[in-house]
Amino acid sequence: MTVTELSVESSPSNRLTRGSLIRLRFMRNRLAVAGVVILVLMFVAAFIGPFFSPYRWDELDFEALLQAPSSKHWFGTSQIGGDVFALTVRGLQKSLIIGLLVAVFSTGLAAVAGGFAGFLGGKVDRSVMWMIDALLVLPSFLIIAVMSPLYRGRTWLIFVVLLAAFGWMVTARIVRSATMSLRERDFVRAAQYMGVPARKIVFRHLLPNVASILIIDATLNVGATILSETGLSYLGFGVQPPDVSLGSLIAEGTASALTYPWLFMFAGSALILTVLAVSFIGDGLRDAFDPGSNKSKKKVGKS
Amino acid sequence: MTLSVASNLIEIRNLTVTFPSEAGIVRAVRDVSLDIRAGEVLGIVGESGSGKSVMSLSMIGLLAESATVTGSISYDGVNLLSLGDNAMSKYRGKDIAMVFQDPLSALNPVHTIGRQISEALHIHNDISKEAALARAIELLEIVGIPRPAERAQSYPHEFSGGMRQRVMIALAIANQPKVILADEPTTALDVTVQAQILDVLKTARDMTGAAVVLVTHDLGVVAGLADRVAIMYAGKVVEIGNVDEVYASPAMPYTIGLLRSIPRVDAVGSSRLTSIEGTPPSPVALPPGCAFAPRCPAAAPQCDAEIPVLAAVSPTRLTACVRQQEIQGLQTSGRLFRDGPSHVAAPVSGNAVALEIRNLKKTFPLMKGSVLRRRVGSVFAVDGVDLTLREGRSLALVGESGCGKTTTLLEILNMVAPETGTITVLGRNVSELSKKQRLEMRKDLQIVFQDPFASLDPRLPIGDAIAEPLDNFGMPKSEQDQRVMELLELVGLQRDHASRYPAEFSGGQRQRIAIARALALNPKVLALDEPVSALDVSVRAGVLNLLAELQEKLNLSYLFVSHDLAVVQHVADDIAVMYLGGIVESGPVEEVFARPQHPYTQALLSAVPIPDPVVERVRKRVILQGELPSPANPPSGCRFHTRCQIRASLPAEVAARCVSDRPELDSRHASRVACHAPLN
Amino acid sequence: MLNYLVKRVLNFLIMVVLASTLGYVLSSLAFDPRANYQGANPPIPESTINAKLDNLGVNPARPLVGRYLDWAGNVLTGDFGVTVGEQRVNEELSRRIWVSLRLLVLGSVIGSLVGVVLGVVSAVRQYGATDRAASVLSFSLLSTPVFLLAILLKFGAIDLNNRLGTTFFFTIGEYSADFTGNGWDLLVNRLQHLILPTLSIALGGIAFYSRYQRNAMLDVLGSDFLRTARAKGLSSRQSLFRHGLRVAILPMATFFAYSFGLLVTGAPFTESIFGWNGMGSWFIVAVQSNDINSVSAVIVFSSVLVLLSGLLADIAVAALDPRVRLR
Ligand SMILES: Nc1ncnc2c1ncn2[C@@H]1O[C@H](COP(=O)(O)OP(=O)(O)O)[C@@H](O)[C@H]1O
Ligand code: SF4
Ligand code: SF4
Ligand SMILES: [Mg+2]
Repeated sequence: MTVTELSVESSPSNRLTRGSLIRLRFMRNRLAVAGVVILVLMFVAAFIGPFFSPYRWDELDFEALLQAPSSKHWFGTSQIGGDVFALTVRGLQKSLIIGLLVAVFSTGLAAVAGGFAGFLGGKVDRSVMWMIDALLVLPSFLIIAVMSPLYRGRTWLIFVVLLAAFGWMVTARIVRSATMSLRERDFVRAAQYMGVPARKIVFRHLLPNVASILIIDATLNVGATILSETGLSYLGFGVQPPDVSLGSLIAEGTASALTYPWLFMFAGSALILTVLAVSFIGDGLRDAFDPGSNKSKKKVGKS
Repeated sequence: MTLSVASNLIEIRNLTVTFPSEAGIVRAVRDVSLDIRAGEVLGIVGESGSGKSVMSLSMIGLLAESATVTGSISYDGVNLLSLGDNAMSKYRGKDIAMVFQDPLSALNPVHTIGRQISEALHIHNDISKEAALARAIELLEIVGIPRPAERAQSYPHEFSGGMRQRVMIALAIANQPKVILADEPTTALDVTVQAQILDVLKTARDMTGAAVVLVTHDLGVVAGLADRVAIMYAGKVVEIGNVDEVYASPAMPYTIGLLRSIPRVDAVGSSRLTSIEGTPPSPVALPPGCAFAPRCPAAAPQCDAEIPVLAAVSPTRLTACVRQQEIQGLQTSGRLFRDGPSHVAAPVSGNAVALEIRNLKKTFPLMKGSVLRRRVGSVFAVDGVDLTLREGRSLALVGESGCGKTTTLLEILNMVAPETGTITVLGRNVSELSKKQRLEMRKDLQIVFQDPFASLDPRLPIGDAIAEPLDNFGMPKSEQDQRVMELLELVGLQRDHASRYPAEFSGGQRQRIAIARALALNPKVLALDEPVSALDVSVRAGVLNLLAELQEKLNLSYLFVSHDLAVVQHVADDIAVMYLGGIVESGPVEEVFARPQHPYTQALLSAVPIPDPVVERVRKRVILQGELPSPANPPSGCRFHTRCQIRASLPAEVAARCVSDRPELDSRHASRVACHAPLN
Repeated sequence: MLNYLVKRVLNFLIMVVLASTLGYVLSSLAFDPRANYQGANPPIPESTINAKLDNLGVNPARPLVGRYLDWAGNVLTGDFGVTVGEQRVNEELSRRIWVSLRLLVLGSVIGSLVGVVLGVVSAVRQYGATDRAASVLSFSLLSTPVFLLAILLKFGAIDLNNRLGTTFFFTIGEYSADFTGNGWDLLVNRLQHLILPTLSIALGGIAFYSRYQRNAMLDVLGSDFLRTARAKGLSSRQSLFRHGLRVAILPMATFFAYSFGLLVTGAPFTESIFGWNGMGSWFIVAVQSNDINSVSAVIVFSSVLVLLSGLLADIAVAALDPRVRLR
């Protein structure tokens, strides 16, 4: 990222560079930092946790059915003797991977679609916008649920592709309007008059300049994706058994959650904490990149 | 120390305003003491960031909450700084009123104009709704809004910028204030509108008898209006006094440099400009002593040792300079500032034509609706433009915003066949170029834009930005570096700047970078779109001088687009005046400036304020009536006939032709003019 | 203006047609209605299955284009076909629409009103205790999926009921099936059923609106025209309420349109968790039972709802903002 590249040693004054300012502002935001810590812990739990767990997630302990948390089964066991810790960690892993993959894909798609639509304008723009409008008429949740039989029994990557394919529209709109205003900026005009081709202008000048929007949106998209993924999985339209996600774990746990709270409590908390952490980070990034956006800016007249 | 005069309305003592910021403490106003006398016009002049706005906002108690303010501002025996928001609001609008810079955003978009003015009356008076509205309409009439009763029902977005500024003045005088603070009231406006607004401001003062504090960066604007003027630099008043005295014999080096660095529209022949080196200091990292020391040609060690305080140089003038005594001597011996090159015009005839435009037209569809847009008409942005730029010369295209200058420029640079007319660059008609030839042609025609903060990609080190055109035309990487270094030196920057990002440079430096980039491919023609109007006054001269040097060194032809006639007078050989999409007059600069043929040219020239109080006060002004008509619905016949100042006094038969026939550009004397009744 | 309206309505219709086509085609491609009858014991003869599928109009043996055209033709005459359970879709539709609308309209109205007020208060008291509490609340709510929120509300209510010793909150259905009273009592009973599902929809809205309203309000706080209002002599509080509020509310109308999509997504969870027989719970059952006709009906319903909210938002903006009104 350009944030780090921006710090140039031989700065004439001791002004702060943009990169270090952003870092400084982000670090000052306690919630955002807490978000990073929580998210790191979640990743550690999801990817390193399994190595320390005495049980595998698909292993059944027939001697311990519906046991409360203990030193043997840290988070207790399920009706059929599954280790809830191993299951939760596995579900967390799946939800995190899906969240990340979809966020990267959909933001990338949004960047390209929004970038070209905004820069080229005209027919390209109209058709992209029309497609976005059409896709926004139907909540993506409904479409993906309808298509869920298509990936039942196949790889979960199809699910990822669908989530990404129906999750890029709002970001694309934002990118589009940002590029549309950048397009009128003189450095883009100058490049045009130097004969730089459109593709190069979009990738070299426009997208790097909306990088902050892309980073913020990618972050927030991780949270949004985890919310839709778990929702679909909760209803059985997402991650398919035997595999588990936080959503399907919660669905299985709720039936008897009043008497056996550990069945759903851990997965539920992991879910809320993860999404909360991601939105704190996204918000912190927004504040850091564009301090005016969220704060009071009772300004004094420009010169 | 201040000069004391009996009737001080406002006394500012040791005012210091600071703001916290990430980079450190911003010292916006530093220990300023100043009086405002009843009924006077006090001009406060300074570059952007010098603390003018902060000072005026502190007088009306509207500083940001983050501000730390010390010192005192007394009005009517009360220290305004000690008042809370509720107590202070009794004074705001009643005793102290304010007109802000940007009229477009200063009015509430969802309430009618009438309602916003009546509200100002209701706040401080106990009057009925009807009476308030009637008075609001009266006020609109006073500030020159036609059909005031009807317009009172309109919303701000239905008003032009100039009209909204009139509304702001109406708001300011609604309650007969004692002081009107006007913070850059005309900066966002065109010169002819600026002349109108300054006129309205005068009316407002005569009517209310209020003191006016006129804050501006333009030494010309205050010259004709102010009684006294205060010059600010880096948060301090560095010179203050009687306006004639300050302009005629400035005593502080900054004032001296500033006055010598601004071009004058009434200059005769080729003028020379002084450029002040460097840029104003950052308000978070001020020099220890005199803030001007890093740029001051007279700076001596003692300047860094102490902060100079205002001291009297005459009964009516104070100056803050440690070497006050010696300055006069330095100045007369010519050791203070060196003048830049004077502009030498290339010979008129015999030169090949670099750029020729004939009957260029460009219309934009006029769209309406936000969801389903539809075409409801056409905007005639450029409607029959003729231009000729000869090699080695500078042609200035001037006109007010919205007249079609930029569209003309962009049409030329697009290098595609225009809607109507022909564009010939270096002897080749652009309509006949193949794609490859067009790309090749781009090498010869490059552009420098107005806003140096927008014209460089903030994410690209400037070396890469300058190399972009080279790269694009296939220069090997190894040679690119060499060329980038050459270019940096050519525009007066250092080689090691190449790896830095635009954010690390000031406006003037960035404009130099943009010039270097435009020169990378050795173009023959350079289009300059308002190249200095976004720059601080004190750095403009430097860039203008650079452009003059480069032209001579590289034999460049300039197409110089500008709204600033003083700058045009300084740099251009030829001028073309544009009004509502068409050229109304063109010819050599000296000729057109000395003997304008077209009424619009005359009005435009007379609207430009001259930084000389003596000239300014006696000068007879033509103040145009009305506003620029919409290019979507241009007037018939002569486009200018709705505002023409001479048409009323023409014989009826000619006046009728003005409405029915569009005049052609006709040769008269040395210039060409499109008017049925040329002036000279 | 008339011209504009005509075009707007036309666009609306095109979008509905597109959405319903997408719904029908996708579900026809994804669903296997035959599976509903296979593997039964005793096995159902192939010819019977075919007859049943033909009756529903979803027999994959026929080309999709033909099936779609039949369906679309029927829908145009107001007939949405037959469910897998061999009920008329129209009947289900007319029963369930009101169940869902009651929930959605009430939820979104409460959500937007409370959210806007909370947002304004937060902005005015920026960084104060209210602001911080509201921020934490909305962040938490926005990070909790609807299904989890509904489950938590349900468990919380059951817990509360247990503590109170009476059933104050009902967690299943729209009203008690064995309830015999009428008039006032019936209303109270219905309200007791309504509170939790409405809350689970409204809470998300409150979080959403309060964040956006807070930002919009802060933008306005820094605006030039508010400074002008203060320069006229209004105190900062007066200027805020007389000038700031109206402008800051404008963008909310647009968000209203967006948030409706969110609500429509939330309904299936809320309805199924609280046992309401609305469109959302129908959708879930229909997907699970390969019911192409029912799914398509729900999709037509939600696209109309989303588009309608967009239209309402435009009208609201035009009414509030003179810059748009003069189109
Ligand atoms: N609200 C604020 N917060 C922080 N810094 C400010 C604020 N208002 C003004 N400044 C700083 O104070 C200095 C003087 O500003 P200003 O009075 O606006 O200058 P001028 O009007 O002369 O252009 C500038 O450096 C500006 O950035
Ligand atoms: S005090 Fe020194 S540096 Fe400052 S203006 Fe005077 S001579 Fe120049
Ligand atoms: S043609 Fe007539 S209206 Fe136009 S400028 Fe000349 S005198 Fe004025
Ligand atoms: Mg200012």
